[in-house]
Amino acid sequence: MSDPHGEVTVDELRLADELTGADAAAAASVDAAEYALWLGDDALILAQQLGGWIARAPELEEDVALGNIALDLLGHARSLLHYAGTADGRSEDDLAYFRDEPEFRSAWIVEQPNGDFAQTIARQLIAATYMFELYSALRDSSDATLSAIAEKSLKEVDYHRDHAIQWTLRLAGGTDESRSRMIRAIDDVWPYVDELFRDEPLIDRLEGVAVRPSTLRGAFDRVIAVVFAEAELEIPDGFTSSGGGRRGIHFSNLGFVLGEMQVLARQHRGATW
Amino acid sequence: MVTLRQAQGPDAAQGADAARGSGRSREHAWAVAATVTDPEVPVLTIEDLGVLRSAEVDGDRATVTLTPTYSGCPAMDAMRDDVILALNAAGYSPVEVRMVLSPAWTTDWMTDAGKRKLTKYGIAPPSGRAALQQGIIRLQLAVKCPRCGSLRTREVSRFGSTSCKALFECLDCLEPFDHFKVI
Repeated sequence: MSDPHGEVTVDELRLADELTGADAAAAASVDAAEYALWLGDDALILAQQLGGWIARAPELEEDVALGNIALDLLGHARSLLHYAGTADGRSEDDLAYFRDEPEFRSAWIVEQPNGDFAQTIARQLIAATYMFELYSALRDSSDATLSAIAEKSLKEVDYHRDHAIQWTLRLAGGTDESRSRMIRAIDDVWPYVDELFRDEPLIDRLEGVAVRPSTLRGAFDRVIAVVFAEAELEIPDGFTSSGGGRRGIHFSNLGFVLGEMQVLARQHRGATW
Repeated sequence: MVTLRQAQGPDAAQGADAARGSGRSREHAWAVAATVTDPEVPVLTIEDLGVLRSAEVDGDRATVTLTPTYSGCPAMDAMRDDVILALNAAGYSPVEVRMVLSPAWTTDWMTDAGKRKLTKYGIAPPSGRAALQQGIIRLQLAVKCPRCGSLRTREVSRFGSTSCKALFECLDCLEPFDHFKVI
């Protein structure tokens, strides 16, 4: 059968590795791979959730913005999962599509449902502010691949953070309705902030490689304080979630997110298009 | 059969032309790879974009290093495949394309020729250096309308049709246009 695209096949092309870090041949240690899963799963789950806004955002420009942000995050996830997979020979697709819920290492904040637009923005504000501080610090990692991924990702989470800040200010300072929704959204997501800054035993084994999460809290709080002061918002004093994503214990919504993300790859093994 | 995009005819042909009458060398492999264009902005070659970082040749083997523009940019896969096809057409085999993230790509690496081509194509090129967008004091330079040249323009949306572009409109000729963001 003649092929309209010509005679070029994947085999003939001998495809190069997918996007990698500084050194294509670098293999992660077991611990560094676990850490790369923390970061990669945060990016992957957030990307998947933001993709849910496509064709549903409040305005066309925002549809494009959230789609673009999701695409950047997916790129970060690909680099990080690829690197994690070098520890045991799994591909980024193996890790994204063929792990079950307890094998994921994402934090609960990125597992929170999209909710209304304000809730998505509140989640973005927290996630992007955290990622900005994280990648800033991770540039100094002694692991060349993690450092390279951080340097690249930082440029992008910089404008993700700006996007979230602009919308936080606009919603909080907008109509009574938008303001009440923004306040409710902050109330809803704030319990999941602490988990991001919790040190797990893994971090002790990655001195100089990983960023100790607790060291990022001060910078995170300072940025949030400036934004909240400008937006006349207050930090809620409610309960704090126990979290547990880094240990494979997840918020209930993750199962639904994975169900949608993984169904095609699992039902049609090896499907391509 | 799993099929990838065939390299654009003209690119592959150019690669083959360039191969004739010139021996294999770093410069030659670079010149062949530099014929590959961005599928989203076809007036720009990967050399214009600053995505092409190096080319090495060892006998028939060629190794080309590219750096991605944006982390999730789907055009990168197409550019990588097109580089392999162009070099294969020029007689190099095997061809390896390495993707490196560091140093991170910046629009500062776009060539002046690339910026002129963008303007002609109707896309406002990056305005100013990336350093102006970093740190506490950030300076957003005016973006010139690629149609009428006016500096009275307005950002409609920071996110556009592709990762690298923002949507602007001109306040004089009233036309909307894409701006290649400074990063």
